[in-house]
Amino acid sequence: MTEVTLSKVVKKYGQHQAVHGIDLDIQDGEFVVLVGPSGCGKSTTLRMIAGLEDISGGDVTIGGRVVNDLPPRERNISMVFQNYALYPHMTVRENLGFSLKIAKRPEQEIVKAVDEAAGILGLDELMDRKPAALSGGQRQRVAMGRAIVRHPDVFLFDEPLSNLDAKLRTQMRVEIKKLHQKVESTIIYVTHDQVEAMTLADRIVLMRDGHIVQVGTPLELFNRPVDTFVATFIGSPPMNLVDGVVQGETIVLNGSISVPLPVTAGPLTNGQAVKFGFRADNLMPIGHAVEEEGAVHELDLSVTLTEPLGTETLLFTNLAGVEVQAKMFNPRPVTPGEQLQFRLMLDKCHVFDAKSGQAVRG
Amino acid sequence: MDRNQSHRNRRRVLKTLHLTALFLTMMIICIPGLWIVLNSFRPTVEIMAKPPVWVPSFTLDHYRAMFAGAGEGGVPVFSYFRNSLIVSVTSTLIAILIGMSGGYAFARYRFKGKNGYFVGLMLFRAVPGVALSLPLFIVFAKVGIIDTHFGLILAYVAMNVPFTIWLTDGFFRQIPKELHEAAEIDGCTRWQAFWQVEFPVARSGVASAAIFAFLTSWNEFALASQLTRSVGSKTMPVGLLDFTAEFTINWGGMCALAVLMIVPALILTFIVQKHLIAGLTFGGVKG
Ligand SMILES: Nc1ncnc2c1ncn2[C@@H]1O[C@H](COP(=O)(O)OP(=O)(O)O)[C@@H](O)[C@H]1O
Ligand SMILES: [Mg+2]
Repeated sequence: MTEVTLSKVVKKYGQHQAVHGIDLDIQDGEFVVLVGPSGCGKSTTLRMIAGLEDISGGDVTIGGRVVNDLPPRERNISMVFQNYALYPHMTVRENLGFSLKIAKRPEQEIVKAVDEAAGILGLDELMDRKPAALSGGQRQRVAMGRAIVRHPDVFLFDEPLSNLDAKLRTQMRVEIKKLHQKVESTIIYVTHDQVEAMTLADRIVLMRDGHIVQVGTPLELFNRPVDTFVATFIGSPPMNLVDGVVQGETIVLNGSISVPLPVTAGPLTNGQAVKFGFRADNLMPIGHAVEEEGAVHELDLSVTLTEPLGTETLLFTNLAGVEVQAKMFNPRPVTPGEQLQFRLMLDKCHVFDAKSGQAVRG
Repeated sequence: MDRNQSHRNRRRVLKTLHLTALFLTMMIICIPGLWIVLNSFRPTVEIMAKPPVWVPSFTLDHYRAMFAGAGEGGVPVFSYFRNSLIVSVTSTLIAILIGMSGGYAFARYRFKGKNGYFVGLMLFRAVPGVALSLPLFIVFAKVGIIDTHFGLILAYVAMNVPFTIWLTDGFFRQIPKELHEAAEIDGCTRWQAFWQVEFPVARSGVASAAIFAFLTSWNEFALASQLTRSVGSKTMPVGLLDFTAEFTINWGGMCALAVLMIVPALILTFIVQKHLIAGLTFGGVKG
């Protein structure tokens, strides 16, 4: 059983505070992704779990044991680094077996474990090469192999795919997910890429400026963002946000267009300044929409730009003076300037307080 | 067509110029060395001849004389060689150990006054060794380590450490810190991580630093000539002075001893040249 818990964990670099007392419970076997913009403290948090960085305050527990003062080698974790950090003077085989050699395991056991890891990651052909003679994707595999050879309690990944090209990244993403299904260890994975977070995570931890903003399953973060930051960070394209003012049962957007209040919205006062949010998927031209239950509001908007993606086309239009994106399913060619009738799925819309950015939800 | 032709011509001319310049430079570097080797095999008359004799004759007289007894113009070559070897090897080993630790600390750790220390070390390099010979002589004489291997080793270690620190600092700096972090996660202590991973990766750099330190000690003359007197501690460069008398200089003998001095240095350089080149073109570490 290897739960990982952080309680009130703080990291200070001199005067600068990089992590502001975060609390997090990670279950045994869970795949947790720390995601957030660059510089928000993801790596620092991960490195404190690994023992590569001192903890300025709070406690880190791995498997029920407080590890604050334990060196990395006593935490039974393994880590995959962004630049792979393969030992350049060793062959792939030696790289894979290094941890077992240091642990003075018997020779046959090392050979067996190394061959097994090589089999899982398809490295058999490369065993006698040095890292310099490997491609980026192959190095990535070796780095992962080195991590799994020891059967650690927890895997830590720090942006392992960001040095790969787009296609390879998608491929490796799938492999990492398969790997998790196979080894069933706890995985803590750091990335700045929300797509990676959405596709890999059992649970996403979204961070900003050294704080945790929201923790939840990918769908929770996608469907119920706690504030505008989460709403625009998760999902592609980012959620459309339009300023508005509450007036009775409607929201007046930028003083021009009014839309009914979504039923999901929480208590709002008359005259409250809000941000009205909806995803491109929930604004669709009539005739090219996904049929869904729920309240609908119809709007006439003219298209300014199109981005065909194959199964759907992104339409850029102008709503109350703000550029917003809509999605056209089963697309037909659209010329810029064309006027279309759109359906806005009101049940999927979000209302955020304009000042705090917090979601107002019933 | 014409364009291509003229382009090709220009490239050919440039290449010729390039090779000529290289040849001249190499000649300037190599001819003195070559002249020493040639002179060590020529009779004294020929060495001194004016105009020079272009077709050399061959004799081993100078070598024979050098290895002969003390009364017959011989010098204690073996003692000098032994002294040089002891002093150079020991001082290099110590300088590398100290310098490597220092270089590693500068590259990896943060501590107060780091930049100050570093600049201080480099300033120390700016002081010419000879300027220190008199103060060193007095201090060494007072302490009683004048004319000993120990004294000379001490002086050479002090001379070589700053340079070694500077050189190895550069090499360690180029090794990503993730390498020792990965090793520590793989179960190493910091000490093991250094010896198992960082040292082997920086091996070429350390080897280059060692060669530089060794050659500096091996060839050093100014300090050694002040700090050593007797056959028991004089190194080979100081031994060359044995061939100077009040009014004459035995050029042939001097060249012969110089050749004996150059040969080990050359052999050593050849042995480690692979590392030297790798060390100088460091940076292929990114793994
Ligand atoms: N060694 C360090 N010294 C000082 N500040 C640091 C150090 N490492 C990271 N920081 C700061 O801590 C913050 C978080 O960094 P990091 O955890 O690397 O962010 P990221 O989420 O991009 O991985 C950043 O503002 C960064 O500048
Ligand atoms: Mg980072």
